[in-house]
Parts: sequence; C-alpha cells; structure tokens
Amino acid sequence: MSPDATRLTPATAPLREDLRLVADMIDPGSRVLDVGCGNGELLSYLVHARSVDGRGMELSQGGVNSCVRNGLSVIQGDADNDLHDYPSHAFDYIVLSQTLQATRNPREVLHHLVRIGRHAIVSIPNFGHWRMRMRILIEGRMPRTPVLPHHWYDTPNIHLCTLLDFVDLCDEESIAVERSVTLDDLGRPYRLNPRGRLANLLAAQGLFLLRGRS
Amino acid sequence: MTTFATPPLPLAGLPVSERDRPGFRLIVADPLALDSGQSLAPYAIAYTTYGTLNAERSNAILICHALTGDQYVAEPHPITGKPGWWDILAGPGKVLDTERYFLICANVLGGCMGSTGPADLNPATGAPWNLSFPVITIADMVRAQKQLIDQLGIAQLFAVIGGSMGGMQVLQWAASYPDRVFAAVPIATAARHSAQNIAFHEVGRQAIMADANWCDGDYLARGVRPQRGLAVARMAAHVTYLSEQALHRKFGRNLQNREALTFGFDADFQVENYLRHQGMSFVDRFDANSYLYITRACDYFDLAAEHGGVLANAFADTKTRFCSISFTSDWLYPTAENREIVHALNAAAANVSFVEVATDKGHDAFLLDEPEFHATLRGFLDGCAEHRGLIRR
Repeated sequence: MSPDATRLTPATAPLREDLRLVADMIDPGSRVLDVGCGNGELLSYLVHARSVDGRGMELSQGGVNSCVRNGLSVIQGDADNDLHDYPSHAFDYIVLSQTLQATRNPREVLHHLVRIGRHAIVSIPNFGHWRMRMRILIEGRMPRTPVLPHHWYDTPNIHLCTLLDFVDLCDEESIAVERSVTLDDLGRPYRLNPRGRLANLLAAQGLFLLRGRS
Repeated sequence: MTTFATPPLPLAGLPVSERDRPGFRLIVADPLALDSGQSLAPYAIAYTTYGTLNAERSNAILICHALTGDQYVAEPHPITGKPGWWDILAGPGKVLDTERYFLICANVLGGCMGSTGPADLNPATGAPWNLSFPVITIADMVRAQKQLIDQLGIAQLFAVIGGSMGGMQVLQWAASYPDRVFAAVPIATAARHSAQNIAFHEVGRQAIMADANWCDGDYLARGVRPQRGLAVARMAAHVTYLSEQALHRKFGRNLQNREALTFGFDADFQVENYLRHQGMSFVDRFDANSYLYITRACDYFDLAAEHGGVLANAFADTKTRFCSISFTSDWLYPTAENREIVHALNAAAANVSFVEVATDKGHDAFLLDEPEFHATLRGFLDGCAEHRGLIRR
C-alpha cells in the first residue's frame, strides 16, 4: 500500500472517518461528482473546506431536497440509470461510496465512472471478510455485519464481491488501481495490501482510486 | 443603492384605464424580428418591479409568468383585486425577498395586460390587430424581455425563474442569452410541448372559435366578446392544472347547495360550480385572442429542435447554475419531462440541481403553499447569492 493512503490532512470540520479518506484523495479546487451523496456530508465538506466545484446525485428524495436546501448542486438519480448522459471527463473525480454492490450492472457503472471522471473513487464492502466467512461456515446463515446489516430478503446489495474479486474485475477491464486503502468495520484504515489474501480476510471495506486506461 | 425605474410611457390609442394601471411600460421603436419571419414595431412591454436594484445591478431576478398570468406578482391584481399570483413567494422576507433582490416581471408579448398583443391597435391600420397579429413564440417573448433588461441596464440577471410556460421562458433565456443569466429555475415545465399538451390547448382554442361572438377574431370591432368560449377553454385547462386527488379532496361528489340530484343540467356538483366560477371570472381579465396566441406559442416550443434535435446542445458550455423543480402529481408537465431537461443539462456538464416535490396538488402546486418547494428555492437562491457575492442586507 502506498504510504500516501494513510497520510491524513487535518479536516476543518469533523467528517466521518471513511469519508475523510475519500476527501484526502481529492485535490482542492477540482470538479467532483458524488454519486449517492446522501445528505451531502462529503460534498458539503469538499465544497466548503476544499473549494471543490461539487455536484451530487442521490436516489432518496429526502437526501436530494436536504442537499439543495443547503445550497448544494444535487440531482435525484441513480448510478444505473443516470450516468449515461454525462460527457467523458466532465469531472476530475467521481465518487461512488458503498454503492457499487447495490447497482444492477456494476461492470457498466464502473466503466461510466472511469469515463466521466478522470479519476474514480470507489469504496465497497468486502464480502471476503472473516465475519462473513464465519457466519456461512460455522452458522450456515447469510452474513449480517455492521457494514452489511440487512437481511437476505431486504438487502439492496445484490452484487457483493470480495476485495480480490473487485481488483480482478479492474484488471480485466483495464482499469488502473492508482491507490487503495483497506478499512476496518469503523472505517479506520488498515496497513494491508488490498491485493493480498490477508486484507481480503481482515478488511471490512476497500477504498480505491481508479483510472481508466483508454 | 440606486432605485431604478422608468416612468410609464403613453401609448397612443390606449384606453385611460390601461394607462392608469400600476407598473411601467416600455415602448420599443426598433423592430422585433420574430421567429415567424415577420417583425413587430413599435411594441410595448408592460412590467412591474419590486425591491431595489443594487449599485452593481447584480441582484435582479426576472420572474416569467405562466400562460394566463401577468406582471402583478406581488400586488393586488388591478382588475380582480386578488393578491398577486406569487404573493406567497415574493415580498419582504419571503423566498423572493424584495429586501434583497430586485424583482422584475413583464407581461408576455401577445398578452393582454399592457404588453403588445392582438387586442392592441395595429399602427398601420388604426384597428385592432386581432388575427393579423403575427404568431409569436416563446423565443419572441424572451427577445422582447431582453430589450427590457437591456433598457434597465442589467448586464446579467441574478436569476430567471418561472413555472409552466414561465419555465419555458427560463429555458429559452438560458439557451439564448447564457451570459445574461447567472441562475435559472425552470419549474414544472418541459423543453418541448407534448402532444397531450398541444391537444388540450387545441380544445381550448376550438372552444373560443366555436363561440359565435368570436366573429373570426374580430369581436372587438363588433362590441361583443366570446366569453362562453373563453370560459370553456379555461374550465378545460383548469382541470389539467389540478390532480385527481386534489379534485377529490376538495369536492368529492359533494352537491352544490342542494340535498339531492336535480335530474337536470344545473351545476348539481360542487366541482361543476367551481369550474363555472373559474371560467366566468377568467373572462373578466383575459382576452380571447391573446389566449389563442399564447397557447400557440407554448405549442410551438421545442428547444431541442432549434439545436439539431439535441437538447444538450442548447446548453453547451453554459456557466448558468440551474435548479429544476417538478411536482409528483403534475400530469401536465410530469417529472419525466422535467427530468429530460436535467439529463440534457448533465450531458452539457452544467451545474444543475433537481428536486421532485411530493404533493397531491397537481401542476398548480408551483403557485401554492408547498413548504418543500419553497425551502428548495430558498436554499438554491441562497447558495447562488453566496457564489454571486450578494451580501444579505
């Protein structure tokens, strides 16, 4: 893992740990699209503390409305349906946090991300985490963890993968992993190589800075 | 701070009552080149303003009114005496804060509240234009408004805001004069009029034309007015502004001042009585030929067609910040049509926000007390004001 990944710059406002790691991958003053921006926590931080030209996309109407009320530029939409329209390299960074596994066509979404953004920042839950493995192996039940808390019947997460699976897909699709961080349940970084078997066992989440190779 | 105002200018042949109306009139002598290929000169633009233009002339908001609206946004209507149509939004301390912004609203070209329209005298003949008035488009309306904004010495409008047909004007402004629009708020609108909307307009026009008093548009000279036809047009249109839920909530199948059905064609039901009232009160303030011309302007609106069929091209390289707002129960300009605008803006990599407001009030929601809508608009304008460097006074 690159030493840069854990060198954190001080935040001006308290930001959730995993979002802070995302923010630290983004150059100040750049153009950013946050897909699945929720109530705009990351976007607001980037706009106000990092002078970013920020836009957001959010599925929940409540999230969108609260963002726009707070002066953020956010549209209602989702990664599966609303990325097609954006021109290539419209943004310096496009962020998809903990959402890829909930899309209908993650491979296509991934391609849109590296097309629209010069860089894409993607975080995913790691289905190879030891808790998942134990729950299946010992209890014979579908895993439920702090990162993936849903029951099998109500989960939006229809395309789960392990860190190794994700890195394999990037390799197959000629998407460069420029930087990566592995995280524990609480979003704190681990010093582990995300391409290694240990990270695939111990990390609850992975965060990747990607770039299209075309 | 400069208070900016132009004195009302006299227009030859104008009835005294019109001259006494509140607000201002700008007379433009230079011909206006219309989309039809014809030109119009001279022409008048009647408008009102609220608030004060700041020294930098950077706090002006142009409000674009809808089909049957007019420039009386935030003051009693001079004919009906009813509160301004956006009184709920515009005024001191309100979302369109007149202590902060300089609001401008002009009667559209082709209208009947002081801007040149078919009921005015054709200077060439001395008789009312009637159907010899050139067919105008949304772009023509916006061209005329731009003359007004030029006259007011405003290099860039802080915002252009409007719902329904007003939203079409907003889109046209952003497409035609992108450098003159810092922020644009198209509400409950579409980038082109749908077949369904054209169809409803045609019903209205045919109702007017079927009235014997319409006289092929020449009713003014004959001293009559096609009131019944215009009222029916309004009644049909009014239904499209509401929603099934809103009608049911308001009226259900309730009877009008009676215990039982009369087995006749009186207004047995409250909803009938309501619609008849809407129709009859409308004819007092609106000119039938204006209704024909303005509905036609909406029908002709297709912003993508002007740009090679690609809506995104209308907004290429735009710096304008957009906020598109739609309402869930609006079936006249449904969310899907508003979303097409948003997709085109995305394709142009424009700065755009989009909010769909949940309401059962139908298309008319943009005129009503909808806290979510108002909060959205306030938040968007506050954010833009910050970027524009407008200091709260």
